[in-house]
Amino acid sequence: MTNLIVEVTKYLMIFLFALYTYEGFSALRGKLSDRKKRGIYHRQLLLMYLLHLSAYLAVYAVTDDIRTVLFYLFQVLFTVIVMSCYHLLYENGSRLLVNHMCTLLLIGFIILTRLSFEDAVRQYVIAVGAFVLTLPVPYLVRSVGFMRRLTWLYAAAGIIGLVMVQLFGATSYGAKLSLKVAGISFQPSEFIKLIFVFFVAGMLYEKTDFIRVCAATAVAAAHVLILVLCRDLGGALIFFITYVVMLYVATKKIFYFAGGLLSGSIAAVVAYNLFSHVQIRVLAWRDPLSVIDNEGYQISQSLFAIGTGGWFGMGLYQGMPNRIPVVKEDFIFSAISEELGGIFALCLLMVCMGCFFLFLNMAMQMKDQFYKLIALGLGVVYGFQVFLTVGGVTRFIPSTGVTLPLVSYGGSSLLASMMMFAIVQGLYVMRQDEGNADGTKNKKSQAKQKRKSGKTGFDDKVEKIS
Amino acid sequence: MVTYTFLAAFLCLMGYFTYFQFVQSEPFINNPYNKRQELFTQKVIRGEIYSADGVTLAETIVDAEGNETRVYPCARIFSHIVGYTGHGTAGIEATANFSLLRSNIFYGEKVVSDLQGEKSPGDSVYTTLNYELQLQAFDALGHYDGAVVVLEPATGRVLAMVSKPDFDPNTIAEDWEELVDETNDRSELLNRATQGRYPPGSTFKILTTLQYLREHPEDYEAYRFSCGGEYQEGHKTIHCYNNVRHGDEDLKKAFANSCNSAYASLGLGLDLTAFHAMCESMLFNTDLPVSIESSKSSFVLEEGAQTSAVMETSIGQGQTLVTPLHMALITCAVANDGVLRAPYVVDHVADDRGVTVEQYTGKEYGRLLSSEEAAVLKEYMGYVIEEGTGRQLSSDRYEVYGKTGSAEFSTSSKASHSWFTGFAHQDGKPDIVVTVIVEDSGVGSEYAVPIAQEIFEAYYNTDE
Repeated sequence: MTNLIVEVTKYLMIFLFALYTYEGFSALRGKLSDRKKRGIYHRQLLLMYLLHLSAYLAVYAVTDDIRTVLFYLFQVLFTVIVMSCYHLLYENGSRLLVNHMCTLLLIGFIILTRLSFEDAVRQYVIAVGAFVLTLPVPYLVRSVGFMRRLTWLYAAAGIIGLVMVQLFGATSYGAKLSLKVAGISFQPSEFIKLIFVFFVAGMLYEKTDFIRVCAATAVAAAHVLILVLCRDLGGALIFFITYVVMLYVATKKIFYFAGGLLSGSIAAVVAYNLFSHVQIRVLAWRDPLSVIDNEGYQISQSLFAIGTGGWFGMGLYQGMPNRIPVVKEDFIFSAISEELGGIFALCLLMVCMGCFFLFLNMAMQMKDQFYKLIALGLGVVYGFQVFLTVGGVTRFIPSTGVTLPLVSYGGSSLLASMMMFAIVQGLYVMRQDEGNADGTKNKKSQAKQKRKSGKTGFDDKVEKIS
Repeated sequence: MVTYTFLAAFLCLMGYFTYFQFVQSEPFINNPYNKRQELFTQKVIRGEIYSADGVTLAETIVDAEGNETRVYPCARIFSHIVGYTGHGTAGIEATANFSLLRSNIFYGEKVVSDLQGEKSPGDSVYTTLNYELQLQAFDALGHYDGAVVVLEPATGRVLAMVSKPDFDPNTIAEDWEELVDETNDRSELLNRATQGRYPPGSTFKILTTLQYLREHPEDYEAYRFSCGGEYQEGHKTIHCYNNVRHGDEDLKKAFANSCNSAYASLGLGLDLTAFHAMCESMLFNTDLPVSIESSKSSFVLEEGAQTSAVMETSIGQGQTLVTPLHMALITCAVANDGVLRAPYVVDHVADDRGVTVEQYTGKEYGRLLSSEEAAVLKEYMGYVIEEGTGRQLSSDRYEVYGKTGSAEFSTSSKASHSWFTGFAHQDGKPDIVVTVIVEDSGVGSEYAVPIAQEIFEAYYNTDE
């Protein structure tokens, strides 16, 4: 009987998630009436809860642990509250983004429950706390005007934070990542990513003369260098790419983009020759099976999991995801692919892509250059992080050890990711205000704007909630 | 532009993921380190293993109560190459483990049997092994310890692989304690064909000759040596077999006579750094390109070695160690115009209904020697059969090329391993390479050569 439930729910979850993903993309396509959009969002919710229910049916069938049922109910309650709060407080926010956020959180809870019930509960508690903390963020983004004037404070906070990690940080898996304060260990770099985006936006939104670019570049380089010294290569890469992209969009000079990438490539080659741990990562990437006893063990285990799981997965509790070291954090995607299947994993990747497009869509629509750069920067941080983690665990690129936002286990990562989503929600709300103001002032330019962004293939209208 | 760049990166990532799932995942799933294979035994009945000529080599019998027994109808004949499962796995049972435990029946059927909790029939593995040749090799080796390897040089197909002493895979569970007992020095579980490391004896002269050819590409034919039955340099004296005086020889004749004196002297003139590099390029100190468990052959001679070591190494004694499969691969390269095809033993995998799901055609490993070098070595190996130590093998139906050897393995006794490695050609049939080692027997021409002959006869007698 257990077997039957696990098998049925396995196929059911793939089906539901594929539908959910499809709905998510059809909502992005644009030119939809509000009515149709509402329909999509409601169907998404239904699919999401059915998927979640199927997963916990399987979990309960296998574990026969009543606590999992309670935990399931708590999760449903939590997501209902999250959605209602956003709905009530931020009427003009992006409902699609809230849906995606809840779906990603729930998928994280599902796979974490399977990996370690205790950790899943901890993750849940953190998520609740993070929600409470980030709920006012969209409001603050909209109403606090002096954010753009704190540029150098952001720079100082970022660099001091990273230096603290370098000096007092605890080393795990060869990298210095976390600080322990009052018994709670957290990873400052997760938050500094966000602060860094604010810094760059603050630097470049008004002027992009040479001196400003130089100053911004110097600070950005300092961030990246400290992270390289901490051996946090994934973090360093995220900061680097984010900066190069933001610089390019702010200046519109392809020269900066090309120059940035070129210097980045040179730095990568230098780092490869200088640091043995970089060489190890590359070796483990090129031929993991040849060094399976040491450097290649983790990535080999990950590929065993993904490969053995195949397209349909082994079913919850039917695989061996716990054989992958750090599976809950950096290798969560492998565990999902193993037990829930390759199709499910691809859908998950597409939902992440959907979030990324929502971020960038926002960037394209914002008129205020400061907020535009913020949306862009956060989008790049998010999108590139997803790319690094999924690419790393599937051996598309060398593994850099970053988490999958909202899905991976870890308080700092979760809080920072929810913060990021909340900021973008704030921008959505603000965009709506901007749009309304525009509408009365200058209809012509708005129409122009519409046509322009219409070409990008995204919805140029901001979603409305009835 | 940012959006499109990222979109492209994500699409590449998704494409790669799809490619990995469809194409690249196989070696990972099949890796012995992947403990997930055990999970499949709960869902799939292990598939069968067949020889190329349709003989069942392994199958799983399920009784009325659903108990599964792995049965090996040919028992000891294929013990090492087919291997076993249960007490760990070995041989094809290990390397094709995942294929055997995978069920490629239609997805719909699989879903249905998944739901019903029933086991699906696993896929079957069709090997390149030839039952007749394997049987012939098994019988010919008789009660001797040793190994026989038969390969198809043009493709890399393994036609036969015998190792003795052997074991009965049907009773591996009962015999296990005895097989792995510390006082048991027979090492029955060791596949001597791929894991046994032996001094190569005179078969190594193929490589010494190759090095000489490389250093004297224009004038190797001008080589002359006058053999007085032994050769001394410093305190070291090398004897020809039975101290026979071979008289005046050129290189070809020295090779055919397997003249130790000539080769000891010739070796002293070689560039040892180049010699070492050449041997490594010929797969010494390297993992062999084969999926089943194999050992690395070793060649340690380097610039600055003692005279005695150089002389011994040049005639295949000294510290050099080689596996029979490796010797067969060197011979394959000579037979195949200098190009080595990686050996493989699984021809295809088919599902329950016999539909092929995976076809293997082997891979080219690369060129080990130039076709000119291969041609010279082939000529010399032909001369061994015409005029030298392998005369017994000459046949009017097919041409044979080879090299015999007797490798002394103990300094205290005269006992030696008997070697033969060579290949045969007949128009209209693929060439075969046969490598034989008979442990603790005597000269190659007396023990290993007759075994090779039986295999050549069996191969060229069948009408296919």
